[in-house]
Amino acid sequence: MSFRYMLRRIWIKKVLGPQSCLNGPGRVAEAPLWQRCRGVASTANAEKVLFPGALNSQFTDKLDFMQPSEQNAIPTFRVMNQLGEIIDKEIGVETENEEALQIYKNMVKLSIMDLLMFEAQRQGRLSFYMVSAGEEGISIGSASALHPSDVAFCQYREAGVYLQRGFKLSDFMNQLFANAKDNGLGRNMPVHYGSKELNIHTISSTLATQIPHAAGAAYALKMQNIQNPDQEKRVAVCYFGEGAASEGDFHGALNIAATRQVPCIFICRNNGYAISTPTSDQYRGDGIASRGAGYGIATLRVDGNDIFAVRRATKEARRLALTHGGQPVLIEMMAYRVGHHSTSDDSFAYRQRVEVEDWKRRDNPITRLRKWLERQSLWDDAAEKELRSKTRKEVLKAFEEAEKEKKPSIRHAFEGVWEELTAEQREHVSEMRDVIRRYPKEYDVEGFEGGMRGLDELVRKKA
Amino acid sequence: MASKAPTIRALTRYLLRPPVPLHARCQRRQYSAAAPGARLNGSVEYDTVPILNHTSKSALSNPELPAETRNGQTKRINLYTAVNEALRHALQTDERVLVFGEDIQFGGVFRCTMNLAADFGTERVFNTPLCEQGLVGFAVGAAAEGMRPVAEVQFADYVFPSFDQIHNEVAKYRYRSGSTGVNCGGLVIRMPAGSVGHGALYHTQSPEALFTHTPGLRVVIPRSPTQAKGLLLSAIRCNDPVIFMEPKILYRAAVEQVPVDAYHLPLDKAEVLKTGKDVTIISYGTPLYTCSAAIAAAEKDFGCSVELIDLRTIYPWDRETILNSVKKTGRAIVVHESMMNAGVGAEVAATIQEKAFLKLEAPVKRVAGWATHTGLMFEQFIIPDVTRVYDAIKQTIDY
Repeated sequence: MSFRYMLRRIWIKKVLGPQSCLNGPGRVAEAPLWQRCRGVASTANAEKVLFPGALNSQFTDKLDFMQPSEQNAIPTFRVMNQLGEIIDKEIGVETENEEALQIYKNMVKLSIMDLLMFEAQRQGRLSFYMVSAGEEGISIGSASALHPSDVAFCQYREAGVYLQRGFKLSDFMNQLFANAKDNGLGRNMPVHYGSKELNIHTISSTLATQIPHAAGAAYALKMQNIQNPDQEKRVAVCYFGEGAASEGDFHGALNIAATRQVPCIFICRNNGYAISTPTSDQYRGDGIASRGAGYGIATLRVDGNDIFAVRRATKEARRLALTHGGQPVLIEMMAYRVGHHSTSDDSFAYRQRVEVEDWKRRDNPITRLRKWLERQSLWDDAAEKELRSKTRKEVLKAFEEAEKEKKPSIRHAFEGVWEELTAEQREHVSEMRDVIRRYPKEYDVEGFEGGMRGLDELVRKKA
Repeated sequence: MASKAPTIRALTRYLLRPPVPLHARCQRRQYSAAAPGARLNGSVEYDTVPILNHTSKSALSNPELPAETRNGQTKRINLYTAVNEALRHALQTDERVLVFGEDIQFGGVFRCTMNLAADFGTERVFNTPLCEQGLVGFAVGAAAEGMRPVAEVQFADYVFPSFDQIHNEVAKYRYRSGSTGVNCGGLVIRMPAGSVGHGALYHTQSPEALFTHTPGLRVVIPRSPTQAKGLLLSAIRCNDPVIFMEPKILYRAAVEQVPVDAYHLPLDKAEVLKTGKDVTIISYGTPLYTCSAAIAAAEKDFGCSVELIDLRTIYPWDRETILNSVKKTGRAIVVHESMMNAGVGAEVAATIQEKAFLKLEAPVKRVAGWATHTGLMFEQFIIPDVTRVYDAIKQTIDY
């Protein structure tokens, strides 16, 4: 093998001449530094190291370990302070009043839906739910700054992305009840939404697995952006928590995103907790943003409670992601997880109630935007009261309608595993149908759409 | 949670009728539940099921317990408390023992590690970052350098990032190290597994068969608090690495009298839970309760006599006990939750067929998960239920 490899190397050198640019884009007039340096060894009196693994590094005779803890923390980008005042009035908020109102209403809608669904779970009417409390600004703000055709990969606390893109209350409720109208076909746990029309991939409970998917999807978009120059250029956006960023998939994703220069925006929601694990047990660096430099990725830390900062950061990230044919961007959105991890969790087992109350009082994306709206005379108590009352009614109406729907057809238990049903599966369906037929009192199939017909269709269907 | 403004809550309560009695953690909508008029399905009664020790006397009559334990006291506890007691004993008696995993410091999402960090310090009982491959690999290194780490993976569904560590490292460490003798014995990887009724694709799986396709691993699944305590202590003491899968529905559901003393149960023996003459059922973990209910109904309805065996150690497994039973009854049924194809049932059935063919009166029947994922609404159809086991008994006897 090594012999053949050598031959190939020699042949390539002959063809390409001294510049050994093996996989760079041919159109670039001057190759970037990393390509130019590759084939050139350092001279004896050079000032800089020319090892292939570290370019442009100065020699030093000081033995000086980098001590990250001694460096200043990465700053947090803000547009608006906690009082709702705009810091740089010249730039302003870059948001029309109408749009700001619409974003505000969506954040309120999300928080009301969360409150009601949390309560519904406590009453035993849903098996599970996860709230976004404290993080509504990140999902809704970032989604509002993206193009609808951009492809999104979410973790599980991004209901706001769905809402902002147009997922209807009925869509949410049908998924939560896993009823016959759920486009997940009754297969997934609550809050595992997905929507082809809205370009959001269906959520998986596994953590961080979506991050490399986003990198790969962004590469597909990069190719398609080139192949279809007339269409709006698209980026992929990926959401994950600071806990998920500890998984190996995070590293794999950001590294390959950098080497393939994909148009992907990685949005980390750093809310301080991964279930019970505080950030001090999760990492010892400066948050997730500090890792961006390690991958050579443009990175920004943003105040997630500041909806205008989230929007400006995301817009700029999108612009960056599409320059030079594509490049990844990492944004760390800072927040505090006000709610429990999920309805299966009681967070007061590991954090003080006062800590949560303090955060709720101190800062929150909804109240901060409300302060700004009130300063602009766009909002007042009466409008707030009306909005809340109206939204509650809408949510409950959708909830009650979804609850009444039938369960999905039982055929969905078996379909979709492979593209077509296998012979083994058909045999299993027959055996199951036979048991249900012989023991009708043991199974409630009538609650499922089409009852036994769902299974009959599967058995009849030709291979 | 969130705002506690009385107006919102009052309105919510009013509109979300009818109000079901509130019980924060237990009250859950069962997406997959038995039909209201069912006689067989939903008939598992944990309070009376014969495979749990409801009295101190029955708990202490277990012949596998050492004599001094049999003369001791018992306490009525659930399975997560039994796991906690085993970990506590191991930490107390062996300073090499470490307990770590995601969220374990506050007690763990299933409460198995309650108070351990407070009592033994966070040097020995600690949270890890959210990274299964990292924490399992970390455990391998610690074991190879002489510690006895008990690593927790939060759900068996999330073990897969560490699959490389388990399959290529944990299992091969001793073999690869040759005459250097270095190995990672003493390593235990605990993980909750199995169905609970509303776990859908990623909180339901029982991936034991994947680990039984790897030489060098021991795979253990306890069925009850007593078993969990004794088997976990043996796993920690064992010089081979052990995958210890805890059926998570049993953490709270399975409650029984458990000896207060520490004791060890064998890692190479299946256990005959009930003797019978006509058919042998081999299972492990949660489905044993399903089998027990099905057997009660079948024996009453058909006048047959069924033997029930808990495999306990899924790999390496006790062929002798199973073969002796099947040679006696002439019929066998294997029951497990995970899917049928290449599951544990396939291995058990093939072995029975090889070693007891001439004694068989009927084909070995497998009652297992169908060839699909456990979709939320369909779990009741996919995971073996009492009806399917009952029907399998009938068909096997009538063959």
